[in-house]
Amino acid sequence: MTEASGTYDELVTEDLPAWQRYLSRISTSFTPVILIMIILVFAIHERASFLNARNFNDIIIDSSQLVVLSVGMTFVIITAGIDLSVGSVLILSSVVAAKVMIALSGTPQDIARFEFPTQGLGIPVGLAAGVATGLVCGVANGALITRLRMPSFIVTLGMLGIALGLGQLLSGGTSVPNVPPSVQTEIGLRELVGFDVAGQRVRITPPVVIAYSIALIAAVVLNRTRFGRYTYAIGSNAAAARRAGIEVDVHLIKVYALSGLLAGVAGAMDLMRFGTASVGSHQSDNLAAISAAVIGGTSLFGGIGTIGGSVVGAFIPTVLRNGLVITRVQPFWQNVAIGMVLILAVYLDQRRRRAEERM
Amino acid sequence: MALSVETALQPVLEARGINKHFGPVHALKNVDMSVFPGEVVALIGDNGAGKSTLINVLTGVLPLESGEIIFTGERVHFSSPHEARAHGIETVYQDLAVAPHLDAVANIFLGRERRQKGVPGLLGFLDNARMRRETDEQLSRLRVRVPDLERRLVTLSGGQRQGVAVARAVMWASKVVIMDEPTAALGVAQTGMVLDLIRQVRDTGIPVVFISHNMPNVFQVADRIVVLRLGEIVAELNPKTASIEDAVAAMTGSSRFSNREVATSD
Repeated sequence: MTEASGTYDELVTEDLPAWQRYLSRISTSFTPVILIMIILVFAIHERASFLNARNFNDIIIDSSQLVVLSVGMTFVIITAGIDLSVGSVLILSSVVAAKVMIALSGTPQDIARFEFPTQGLGIPVGLAAGVATGLVCGVANGALITRLRMPSFIVTLGMLGIALGLGQLLSGGTSVPNVPPSVQTEIGLRELVGFDVAGQRVRITPPVVIAYSIALIAAVVLNRTRFGRYTYAIGSNAAAARRAGIEVDVHLIKVYALSGLLAGVAGAMDLMRFGTASVGSHQSDNLAAISAAVIGGTSLFGGIGTIGGSVVGAFIPTVLRNGLVITRVQPFWQNVAIGMVLILAVYLDQRRRRAEERM
Repeated sequence: MALSVETALQPVLEARGINKHFGPVHALKNVDMSVFPGEVVALIGDNGAGKSTLINVLTGVLPLESGEIIFTGERVHFSSPHEARAHGIETVYQDLAVAPHLDAVANIFLGRERRQKGVPGLLGFLDNARMRRETDEQLSRLRVRVPDLERRLVTLSGGQRQGVAVARAVMWASKVVIMDEPTAALGVAQTGMVLDLIRQVRDTGIPVVFISHNMPNVFQVADRIVVLRLGEIVAELNPKTASIEDAVAAMTGSSRFSNREVATSD
């Protein structure tokens, strides 16, 4: 139901010129193809340092936060909405997590001596506070969009500013210092499973487990449960969903809450991985997550999208950056390449939609 | 044939003295209308005559201002379309109220999904096999042909999509099916398919209220024609004796019908 079938593509593309028909047909599977092509180019060019287990391990760890954001974004975009606030919510969540963690890990005197006698309490409560912050932002987005009948673009753009500003106010505009280092050393970098591939150590760390567990659960929810079905139905035809008795507004609030919650999780992951809450990075994560979902085949017009596609879509920027650094090309080319892939993905999606409308 | 049976029966749905205002506009004026088991009642009238308003009042989309609605012998008050549906009244809308990116099964069960038994069901896991089986049974009973139940509706023709919408209404309507211009967006062959469906539904004993502008369609399928003009019922016609000209005359008011002709009993 969620995967476009070959027959469908043949049906809707039969009156297109041959080259466009060809493009539209590969559109559903073109994300993995692009990813494989990128990997091949780097592999041929820089075989030794790119094509090895250690480097792929790094890519998987580096993409973990974007995978989490893209999963939430996929649900939002399938309902024909958008969430521009995820990057800022990530920042605010990690700042709140860091602040709560520090406050509960010891007295100010302890912290000044860089000692954290009660970090056993501070770390888990801090991480939970970060996740909760994301959830609150998401619920606020959903409530404003549905209750005030405002476009999601505007509400989440407002939330982008609000969350970023609050994060900067709380942190004083700099990285939060004095975070208990164990959050990074004992959690973020902890080797849960490790094995050797061709003499190189591959480490599975908590951020990886969190990201792929979330992606797996989300894929099951989207494909097998009523929640997923309602998500597609609302994006496909909100009026029909309403007539069928679905509480559309309630469902939309849940979807934005999920996106906010996952931004909060990504914020907590940031703290685990880097041991500090930084307000300088992540400001373009919203666009990265939207790009990942759209490149992965999610339609901005709603009703179409898969988690698997978005995960692959999230890998493309990470692989590009990694490969460009290794090949000593300026990594800024990553932005150029992602921009071009994004435009191509949306172009193919539009062609598909126009073909549908002609039927 | 249908008329002689009706007179002996109690109406399934009956409107008595319905009034409705929109600001200064008196949209429905003391409307009385009955729907009997096993009949197709066509509701016709010019744009703005009050057809959709009447249907919306009957199905709880619009609040009742004055008058009463009697459903299976009891006075009812539907405060939302969901209440009407819970009583077995289903409506098919003209604008293909389906989710085109879902397949036929998902559309037919939209808002009424069957969930798995036990814990998975509580977690919201869908019982797709059961929904598919029930859809199969329903569609074959109605002789609706859908090429592939697991194909998304965007790939189907307009007639097949409307077939799915009608099948959904019939599947859940235990008492009355209301169709608001179900053929407006369809071609000739597809319209024929929907008209066949209407007859099949009627033959199961469930009455159909059929709203249309298309006079030939109305005369093909209706057992009784109710004409609304400027918020009033101005005529009830028997399609076997009346002509299309009579119906148009009643709709436009260039009328030979100074008194209301009543085809049904009191």
